[in-house]
Amino acid sequence: MSRTGLINLALFAMLPLTAGAALMLDEPFIITLATKVAILALAGVGLNIALGLGGLVSLGHAAFFGIGGYAMGILASHAQSFVPLMETPFLIEGTRSMPVIWLVAVIAGALAALAIGALSLRTTGVYFIMITLAFGQMLYYFAISWPAYGGEDGLSIYVRNGFPGLNTLDPIQFFGIAFVILALALWGAGRLAASPFGLALSAARQNEARVETVGLSPYRLRLLAFVISGAVTALAGALFADLNRFVSPTMLSWQMSGEIMIFIILGGVGRLYGPVAGAALFILLEHVLGGLSDFWHVYLGLLLLLVVLFARGGIIGALAGREVAHD
Amino acid sequence: MKLKSLILAAGLAAAGSFALADGHAGKVKVGMITTLSGGGAGLGIDVRDGFMLAAKMAGNDNLEVVIEDDQRKPEIAVQLADKMIQSEKVDVMTGIIWSNLAMAVVPAATAQGKFYLSPNAGPSALAGKGCHPLYFNVAWQNDNLHEAAGAYANDAGYKNTFILAPNYPAGQDALTGYKRMYGGELAGEIYTKLGQTDYAAEIAQIRASGADSVFFFLPGGMGISFLKQYAGSGVDLPVVGPAFSFDQGILQAVGEAALGVKNTSQWNKDIDNAANKAFVEAFQAEYGRLPSLYASQGYDTANLLLSAMAKADVSDADAFRAALAAAEFDSVRGDFAFGPNQHPVQDFYVREVIKEGDVFTNKIIGASLTDHGDAYAADCSY
Amino acid sequence: MSTILLIEQVLNGLQSGVMLFLMAAGLTLIFGVMGLINLAHGSLYMVGAFAAAAVAGATGSFVLALIASLVAAAAAGAVVELTVIRRLYDRDHLDQVLATFALILIFSEGTRWIFGSFPLFLDIPDALAGPVMLPGGIQYPLYRLVIIGVGLVVAIGLFQLIARTRIGIRIRAGESDREMIAALGVDISKLYTIVFALGAALAGLAGALVGAIQSVQVGMGEPVLILAFVVIVIGGIGSIKGALVGALLVGLTDTLGGVLLPGFFATFMEPSAATAVGSSLASMSIYILMAGVLLFRPTGLYGGR
Repeated sequence: MSRTGLINLALFAMLPLTAGAALMLDEPFIITLATKVAILALAGVGLNIALGLGGLVSLGHAAFFGIGGYAMGILASHAQSFVPLMETPFLIEGTRSMPVIWLVAVIAGALAALAIGALSLRTTGVYFIMITLAFGQMLYYFAISWPAYGGEDGLSIYVRNGFPGLNTLDPIQFFGIAFVILALALWGAGRLAASPFGLALSAARQNEARVETVGLSPYRLRLLAFVISGAVTALAGALFADLNRFVSPTMLSWQMSGEIMIFIILGGVGRLYGPVAGAALFILLEHVLGGLSDFWHVYLGLLLLLVVLFARGGIIGALAGREVAHD
Repeated sequence: MKLKSLILAAGLAAAGSFALADGHAGKVKVGMITTLSGGGAGLGIDVRDGFMLAAKMAGNDNLEVVIEDDQRKPEIAVQLADKMIQSEKVDVMTGIIWSNLAMAVVPAATAQGKFYLSPNAGPSALAGKGCHPLYFNVAWQNDNLHEAAGAYANDAGYKNTFILAPNYPAGQDALTGYKRMYGGELAGEIYTKLGQTDYAAEIAQIRASGADSVFFFLPGGMGISFLKQYAGSGVDLPVVGPAFSFDQGILQAVGEAALGVKNTSQWNKDIDNAANKAFVEAFQAEYGRLPSLYASQGYDTANLLLSAMAKADVSDADAFRAALAAAEFDSVRGDFAFGPNQHPVQDFYVREVIKEGDVFTNKIIGASLTDHGDAYAADCSY
Repeated sequence: MSTILLIEQVLNGLQSGVMLFLMAAGLTLIFGVMGLINLAHGSLYMVGAFAAAAVAGATGSFVLALIASLVAAAAAGAVVELTVIRRLYDRDHLDQVLATFALILIFSEGTRWIFGSFPLFLDIPDALAGPVMLPGGIQYPLYRLVIIGVGLVVAIGLFQLIARTRIGIRIRAGESDREMIAALGVDISKLYTIVFALGAALAGLAGALVGAIQSVQVGMGEPVLILAFVVIVIGGIGSIKGALVGALLVGLTDTLGGVLLPGFFATFMEPSAATAVGSSLASMSIYILMAGVLLFRPTGLYGGR
């Protein structure tokens, strides 16, 4: 096994080991943190499909993260108050079942990504960055000013939603759910990158003309990647909302988009496991630096700057030495 | 009420009476989640400083406080609450500034058997049907200061007011609260964008509306922008607002534009009682600045908690709750009691912005509402 | 709605438009010449406002405060360019986004570290305070008229600078062919520093001018930054003319949308619902405008490629 492979394995094992140790030591909050890392890493894996594989620098992925969160919040709040979501033309009830919520989140995220992507992908480069940012802001302001679902106050769900056969309120069981989904997403993203679609997408990133000559439309390839990316990020959003039992417009803010991107960069661009390493480091920094200084964002900024300027490979790159990154 | 607080105030200084009680009560661990970094950090810092000042003056070794920064993000606040409850195993929680963060944290915390003492936010959802025996609000119900402003508008004889607030739940509550007390006509009612910094368009509408006065609720930077632009617009209708936009922390940034503006508050540094004098002096000595409304609320919250600690052990939840509900502490506001929903019943004042030397501050010019509770108490049943 | 009120609102839209132009001009210039996307441009706006507030507080002079805002923002811009930004010209946009995002974190929390958490005071000078009477009986704040004037003067100056002066020729040359002007012996790295500092100074000036009527606080730059992005996407990246047209469009849409939409919905809805729908839609109006422009012109109104 290559050095990168070993590091990936170690990273992958780190989360359940941490959670298991925390369970033994009776430190449930550490399990909650590990769950948070798994969920944020999932969001990073989602963005990485667009960003790492497709070369689409989206600064608006918080939109999908928030849509997933609101899918959970809206469905669960209707179930909580026993008010149907819709009565005409047909009855739609709220739900407290995680699998149903996930399905709705994924579909909603995919549809939103289809709409935003169809428009944004008409542009490239810096236009694309700014447009995705602007669409994210549009949804953010909409969520704040639309009073039906709490506006800026957000929505509180008092009990975590259920999963058949599990007690989701038990931190370690909820961690298990998040971790399994992360593992599946990593596996899926790996398969996607190696599939003909993934290879064509990579090729379109490096040389658009080459893809066009074999009869593929780069626009369609990218749109599909963007939709998959949005759907995965929305799933992460639904889980994140369930972790907090709360959803608010902050999940849609552009700082959130920036943070998801930071996970990828801290871990290492173009690395499948980069978001896992990046999210873990981010949460660690938040809790270590945040405890030391009220101004920990300054240190986070400096660290990020150093990584971008001098350590392109991020954590995995630094650990794996000069080995070439595989997409 | 009056008699009791007089006796207490005339007695020992607050600090002394609590120190005596030390030996009897058990330890209490407090988890404070408040905003210490990012936008709005000034409010959280004041609550923390006020709370810690009271704790320091009491010198009670049984009080242990864990402080965490929520960065004004509800997600972070929820996680910190989990941490406080799961890892730190706190008994009492406090500190949250913003209603949306309180809504995210308080119901879950009280459901897990923790006391929550709110030093600032008072969302209506927690005052009415969503009230909880372990939830105490030491500041006000969100509508209160706006109701006080509405009552003042009646007293001042305003007949046609133009009202505006940001388009978010607290803004909607503000206008509802104002209208609940105000008896005149509305010349206009506008919801602005949250975080908006330019109010030229709204001021133009005010000018065109034929109003005789203006009421606004625009917390933080929004209020600063509005007042500066209003002062420069040539519209000279009287302005009324809740204390938030005229508090010690931000008045210096508003400057001359705020001079003479009337605002409503349950506290001011010139309220004449011994506890308040001691607080204002000690706060200035400790931190080198004038205390704000938020600092006074943090200070009262700590003193309420200390008073309950002197009477009951936190492990006996019923006794501790009764001790909190009695509210036998020297509030810097003077009169202070809890209503049936464990929200304050207190006096509200009208303040005017003045300049003392180089510093802008407030002085009380009259009463607005006395022994005023909130409109939601009737919906609360435990 | 009366005509007078409408004219007043149009003036308000113009005023917010010209301030947006000062921000957008720097952004678009920096992108056009160096190919760099700079998220930290909003931080330079904030630096200008804080410098102005600090100097106005110490000296009481608004003119000195404006000079300070220009100098401080230009200096901050030059320092950032020399230490960080110049390493990013050859990098892809992702690196530029992240590095400048990191700069925002550093600038914002650093400013809070130095100046504290409370907003700072900066007021308009007495000479410019109060309203003036315009023809037609419109009462309008003098300071806002001055802002419109200053913005237009800067815009004209900028067009002249780029069209007429030696440095303008180099900037235009840099936009069209970077290697060529280096080959011609122009000190390209110096040119880049100057352009960046110029963009920063414009942002700082905007920060100080607007700071006097709004609040000078940490985080004041980011909302304006995002609006400026919308402006240059609409106008076409790299085009100063596009930035001016885009800025005025966005300023007018934002202002008039907020005033007209709730009234429009009130004609057929209940007042409270109309306010809710109208305000929600108004807050989205400029993004809808942007999407509309992009549907027909994916590179913006005056975009080249």
